[in-house]
Amino acid sequence: MKQPDSVKDMGRRPGEPLAQINQFEQIPLPPPFDKLEDEPEFAQLSDSAREKYVVLDDTIAVNIEKPTTKEEEEKLVNGFLSGLEKLFSVEDNWTFLQPFEMSMEHCAKCHTCSDACPIYEESGENELYRPVYRSEILRRIYFKYIKKASPSLHGDIDLNWETVARLIELSYRCNLCRRCAQTCPIGADNGLLSREIRKIASMEMGIVPKELHDDGSVLQLKVGSSTGMTPMIVKDNIEFIDEDTAERTGYPIETPFDVQGADILLIHNAGEIMAWPENPGAFATLFEAAGLSWTLSSDVIGYDGINYGVWYDDVQFARVAVRHAQVAKKLGVKKIVLGECGHAHKALTVIADKVLTGDLNIPRESAIVTMRDILRSGAIKIDKSRNDFPVTLHDPCNMVRLMGIVSPQREIIHEVVPEGRFREMAPHGVENYCCGGGSGFAIMSGHNFQDWRHRMTGRRKFRQILDAFQDESMDPSHMKYLCAPCSNCKGQIRDIITYYDAFEKAGIYYGGLVELIVNAMEDVQPGFIDWEWH
Amino acid sequence: MMTTLAYVVAYLGLVFFLIACVARFMMWSKMPMHVRWELYPVAHEGGGKAAYGGSYLEETDWWTKKREVSLVGELKVMVPEILFLVALREHNKKLWTRSFPFHFGLYLVGGVTALMLVGGLIVGYLPESIAAPVGKIISSVVPFLGGAGLVLGIIGAVGLFLRRRGRALRDYTAPADLFNLIFFIAAFGVALVTFIGFDRDFSMVETFIVNLVTFNLAPIGDGTGGMLLTLSAVLLALLVAYIPTTHMSHFIGKYFAYHSIRWSDEPNLAGGSQEKTIHELLSRPVTWSAPHIKADGKKSWLDVTLEDDDNETT
Ligand code: SF4
Ligand code: SF4
Repeated sequence: MKQPDSVKDMGRRPGEPLAQINQFEQIPLPPPFDKLEDEPEFAQLSDSAREKYVVLDDTIAVNIEKPTTKEEEEKLVNGFLSGLEKLFSVEDNWTFLQPFEMSMEHCAKCHTCSDACPIYEESGENELYRPVYRSEILRRIYFKYIKKASPSLHGDIDLNWETVARLIELSYRCNLCRRCAQTCPIGADNGLLSREIRKIASMEMGIVPKELHDDGSVLQLKVGSSTGMTPMIVKDNIEFIDEDTAERTGYPIETPFDVQGADILLIHNAGEIMAWPENPGAFATLFEAAGLSWTLSSDVIGYDGINYGVWYDDVQFARVAVRHAQVAKKLGVKKIVLGECGHAHKALTVIADKVLTGDLNIPRESAIVTMRDILRSGAIKIDKSRNDFPVTLHDPCNMVRLMGIVSPQREIIHEVVPEGRFREMAPHGVENYCCGGGSGFAIMSGHNFQDWRHRMTGRRKFRQILDAFQDESMDPSHMKYLCAPCSNCKGQIRDIITYYDAFEKAGIYYGGLVELIVNAMEDVQPGFIDWEWH
Repeated sequence: MMTTLAYVVAYLGLVFFLIACVARFMMWSKMPMHVRWELYPVAHEGGGKAAYGGSYLEETDWWTKKREVSLVGELKVMVPEILFLVALREHNKKLWTRSFPFHFGLYLVGGVTALMLVGGLIVGYLPESIAAPVGKIISSVVPFLGGAGLVLGIIGAVGLFLRRRGRALRDYTAPADLFNLIFFIAAFGVALVTFIGFDRDFSMVETFIVNLVTFNLAPIGDGTGGMLLTLSAVLLALLVAYIPTTHMSHFIGKYFAYHSIRWSDEPNLAGGSQEKTIHELLSRPVTWSAPHIKADGKKSWLDVTLEDDDNETT
């Protein structure tokens, strides 16, 4: 395993990768994937990519082209310093000023947070992925080059274009899961610092992975969804989903669109409509059966709850959040209910809480809570025996650690899954591990990035999933359900199950939470969950 | 002359410490409202939710319900955290075995000093009938607690110093970090030598402190004992003044790290008091330079947020 010897290496060893992982030295997974030699081959970065873009490690997320002139080099350095300064200004960074300064000033460099980070752990404790490694570089740049303090006070670092470009790349080696922050005895937050570095890159230098910006928030603001779906296509797709769902359940549904004055505006992650149509279908079935007053919106952005700005850019974040609220205001709904998408939950409920005011301050609620209350109300009848298979639950970081929504999903599972069939992952709840797709990774797959995330960010979750089912037969005919109530997490989990062929080899199937409910509804035909790999 | 210097440095050290702490506290408390960035478990969540990390967001129509906020819940986490560094014990036992004696030693030394200051005020300003018994009680506990504090503080500081020199932390250690620990070891070390060699009952220190609070700058002790007492007083006073100027002021920052960030979950309810502040912040100008921000230094957050949909790619 190659790793940096020192924080100072960031600006040294020009053109060299600072870290490389040997797949045969990684910690083996639990059975039946416990033989390192049987694991898929870790795809290597092409020579042409190494030639063209800044090199940090085994992969590339951001595509920062190597500068070819002195001016381009200076532009990178100066842009970064100027952005870093803005992070300390009330005007430009009131949004995060206090948490940012707290983490910049008070880290004791004690390494307590290292063991909490799944990336650092699964990398075999490679120094490059230590949570505080990137924070320390940022801190040293700040104190030495902006505050002009002596390096003997805060440590030394060389500042050149490579330091900057590598640091930006390194900010995309973190899931922003904030598990490290939870263990910090002082209250410093390395996840936040990763995000602040991403902000400098995006908001000051215009450097950001294409998947998040051009194909993400920009596309969403322009056509309505990062999936590219326009309002017309969404309506068509939902109509098709309604028909297909009704066929499967024998329960006719017609998803309401643009109902003025409905109680609830339900906003899905539009990825569900494209990739997991059973999820919006199940929501419609449940909400109709429960007799709720609800609607979807066909207004631009109103049908896609994603907000990628939470991962890299405060302005892009605010733009999307405000448009979500404007859609709800136009419909005159009583509340917005967020479908199964963790980051959409946190974005609109928690972060946008300090952005939306006046008539845009429309209450937001988690669909998990809404569904829990439907079950509590007794409005639908449940036959638990339809869910008589092993079930485990993945907790999306955004819902648990970052919002405190922990018990409703468990109450739902308790209501719809027979006793003894549910098992928790270890650890779970607010101490969960990220799926590995957090902070945008689930939708990023340039070069060999997808392989890198399977090896590094998703490996701990896959390990947990396998561990959770170790008391069950791993025979593929013995189906096991991994419940992941988040669209991004599902994307990552789908990818990692595919990577290891874990559906074919171990019978591990995944899906959302609402599907489990509908699968157990007495009023619908049995077999809503079809156990087919899609 | 030497003792007078000790008095002067002690006054200056204490005054500087207080001013620096207040300034630091003000700095954190005056920071603008930021977006919510809480981290669960949030200790004040009521209704049994804090135990598993739940929040009021687990309730339907949560904005219509009264939030249960438990101060006792906060204290249940804060007090053991301050006294015993519980988070560190849980997540980094090795470091805790060094950090805990260090911090607890500091608390004891700080506590004993405060006790002697109070004792000094009582002895200096209250009638003999009250001052004598109180002074006696204080004099009987001070040597024990003070001695224990110095020993624990030195053991902890030496342990932390060695750890910082170890392989794992060396690269993350600036010369200033080592200096801070050496400063502690030196100041506590001289105080410990004074205590063991010349002032077993802390009587010289107590007299020094009584004199300090009664503004009686009389010389104390003579020979080596007096010199060492003067040196410890000067070193400790300098240390006290130095702490809040470094990242060791985290004892102030940590309060805000918990109360203003990790546990700051107060929602911005429609028509509530937060909306005005948010509006004011959204009216601030933005100067971020990336083309898609479309800032010109004059446009506010509100302006750039409401920019229309011709959003630029990078
Ligand atoms: S972030 Fe916290 S836990 Fe991590 S090194 Fe810094 S002080 Fe220690
Ligand atoms: S936020 Fe998560 S992924 Fe990032 S450094 Fe912390 S623990 Fe690791």
